Amino acid sequence: MATDTTTDGPAAAHAAAAEQSPRGAKKRFLHDAAESVRDVDHRAFVRKALGGYYVTRDAQKARYGNWETARDAASLAKWSAVNRLDELLPRFADNFTANGGQVHWARDAEEAREIILGLVRAAKAKAIIKSKCMTSEEVHLNAALEQEGYGVVESDLGEFIQQLRGEPPYHFVFPCMHVRRGEISDLFSKHLGTAATDSPEELTMIARRHMRQLYVDADVGITGANFLVAETGQISITENEGNARLTAALPRVHIALAGIEKVVEHLDDLAVLLPILATAGTGQPMTCYNTLYSGPARPGECDGPEEMHLVLLDNSRTAILADPEQRDSLHCIRCGACLNVCPIFKNVGGFTYGTTYQGPIGSVITPHLRGLADWNHLSGASSLCGACTDACPVRIDIHHHLLHNRRNAARTAPNRWEKLGHKLFVAVATRPWLFATGGALFRHSLKLLKWLRPPLLSDWLATRDLPAAPAASFRAQWASRQGGR
Amino acid sequence: MSAPANLSPRSSRPGPSARDTILARVREALRIPAPPPHLKSLAAEEAAVPAAGQGHSGLSILPLEVARPWLPDGGDTPEERRAILVTNLEKLRAIVHQVPDLTAATELVFTLARERDWQRVAYHGHEKVDPLLAGIPCATHRVDAPGVHPASAKSALEACDAGISACEALVAQTGSILVSSATCGGRGLSIVPHVHLVVATPDQIVSTLGDALHEAQQRHAGRMPSMLSFITGPSRTGDIERILVLGAHGPKELIVILVG
Ligand code: SF4
Repeated sequence: MATDTTTDGPAAAHAAAAEQSPRGAKKRFLHDAAESVRDVDHRAFVRKALGGYYVTRDAQKARYGNWETARDAASLAKWSAVNRLDELLPRFADNFTANGGQVHWARDAEEAREIILGLVRAAKAKAIIKSKCMTSEEVHLNAALEQEGYGVVESDLGEFIQQLRGEPPYHFVFPCMHVRRGEISDLFSKHLGTAATDSPEELTMIARRHMRQLYVDADVGITGANFLVAETGQISITENEGNARLTAALPRVHIALAGIEKVVEHLDDLAVLLPILATAGTGQPMTCYNTLYSGPARPGECDGPEEMHLVLLDNSRTAILADPEQRDSLHCIRCGACLNVCPIFKNVGGFTYGTTYQGPIGSVITPHLRGLADWNHLSGASSLCGACTDACPVRIDIHHHLLHNRRNAARTAPNRWEKLGHKLFVAVATRPWLFATGGALFRHSLKLLKWLRPPLLSDWLATRDLPAAPAASFRAQWASRQGGR
Repeated sequence: MSAPANLSPRSSRPGPSARDTILARVREALRIPAPPPHLKSLAAEEAAVPAAGQGHSGLSILPLEVARPWLPDGGDTPEERRAILVTNLEKLRAIVHQVPDLTAATELVFTLARERDWQRVAYHGHEKVDPLLAGIPCATHRVDAPGVHPASAKSALEACDAGISACEALVAQTGSILVSSATCGGRGLSIVPHVHLVVATPDQIVSTLGDALHEAQQRHAGRMPSMLSFITGPSRTGDIERILVLGAHGPKELIVILVG
């Protein structure tokens, strides 16, 4: 089996290390961000990969009668579901059970792993096939399965490549967007023994051929879920490749893992959410396969699994729910649009975040999932340009939530230096004479600073030049212009 | 088979069940209401958004009918719907054949099988599918034939060059084809073979996704098939350098034959 994974990605090693010792998360973030920013080729490659996104998305948006109002409708659907989870979650679970599926509740990651391991043991699984599921990354499912000796193969092409590379996903929708085709060819040669090629088509076919028999042989298929429909007890899975369809069709047992926030009330809601997810995420009219499952194969159906299990995961989602100000971050449909448009993501890259969910939405929710004290630095990983909020199809107030996290962090664990800095600034700014003197001093010492390169400024000066000092202060310039009128 | 009770964490952790704990946390969290979303285009009154903390009920406060004009157009008349569907399917790189009658469709399937040198095609018993296989110049495999062992059925299907199925509906708005496990030959037929050939009639074309979902709910009143799948073009991936490649894991080709 193709799972002799080696951790050859240094960034991934950092990401993994960050999870183990969150205390170092900020340090590592700053270090990796600096590294990534210096890697001009990498940045150009990522930019190019995302370049086509705007074009296809905008062309698709133009086909909507009114894209903005459609976004309103989508955000209303999610808002009303998330704010009535108390009613809809049990309703969904009851309907799903009535359809013949089995629901399991997991308070945290550990419990989710235990449940799935239990199911896999009971199924006496010899081979497990998996389709893309970020929630399983969140609970580190593969590691747990492998530790127990179960082979598990990621079937999504991007996830498969990342599994062979021993790296987590770089982007939660485009897992291997940072990898060049030559590297993929080498990777396949090394692990699958295939001939070198630089054709994306041929590389895709190599993976396709490799995976075929694995679907047939697997006894357990593991998937995620994009939506849980309360009124009908169905789960909805969105994908392009068909690997999730195969994963839920051929193995004898189907296990799905989903966060509790995925509930929507009506089947109708999907008439808005499915197209909007596709358009915002990849610029498609619809993702290739949008599939509703309601339990195992029914009598009279000629194939399909004998058992279907759904694991409903909390893992701190209720903590986000308890914050009315940021509750809307649970509306997220994981389309990835906010990553695609984020200037920070494009510069620091996906691994630098050290989180399961990268980019703006990851920066908002990770402090809730793993602790504000250790992850507040992500609130600063933003230019506050608001591109994420503009792009978000369900209107999550993403960039303001980054500010909310900063404020909350300042309240709970004030930073002495920051406080001192602000006090100093207030002292100077409220005394015009001091402000003017300080300004003059700074203007005149700029050249000297450039020459001296004091250690305090050395980081900054490593990649930037100091600006040229103006001849006179702003106030002097202003006064002279007013006078000249 | 029942859940493995002895391994269930419910028994391994003392105290209330995970379900009760999570639902209690949810109720506690929702005690403080959240403000309504920041609507940009739609006035709050239009959407009948209730003030925070009042009862509300999903899109029923905003019926799908209201949202319809904001979404991509699916056409109002049968002619419009058909034209939009065909355009969308072609954009998605599906292959569309429009034939006048069943005889022409049968001839087309015969030609396809011969041209592409199909050795074996899979199909399911259905009034629209059966006639097409008359005289087909290759072996056939019926997926819903009684008494087939599941394990051998998987391999048999895997060995087929094409799968021929009916569908439940075609959605003009998105160019999607709705198949179900109950009426379209189970879960595997439309995804395992390298070519998926769908046979349909124009009366199956609906305008929007919402229409297709409503119809499915009525058709299967109270008892949904275990799988309902909207197929929108042949399988695809952009995982390698964001370059589009067709036929990632599902069918590389999607052929739609519209009869009539
Ligand atoms: S926050 Fe919005 S834009 Fe970002 S992934 Fe979630 S739904 Fe998409």
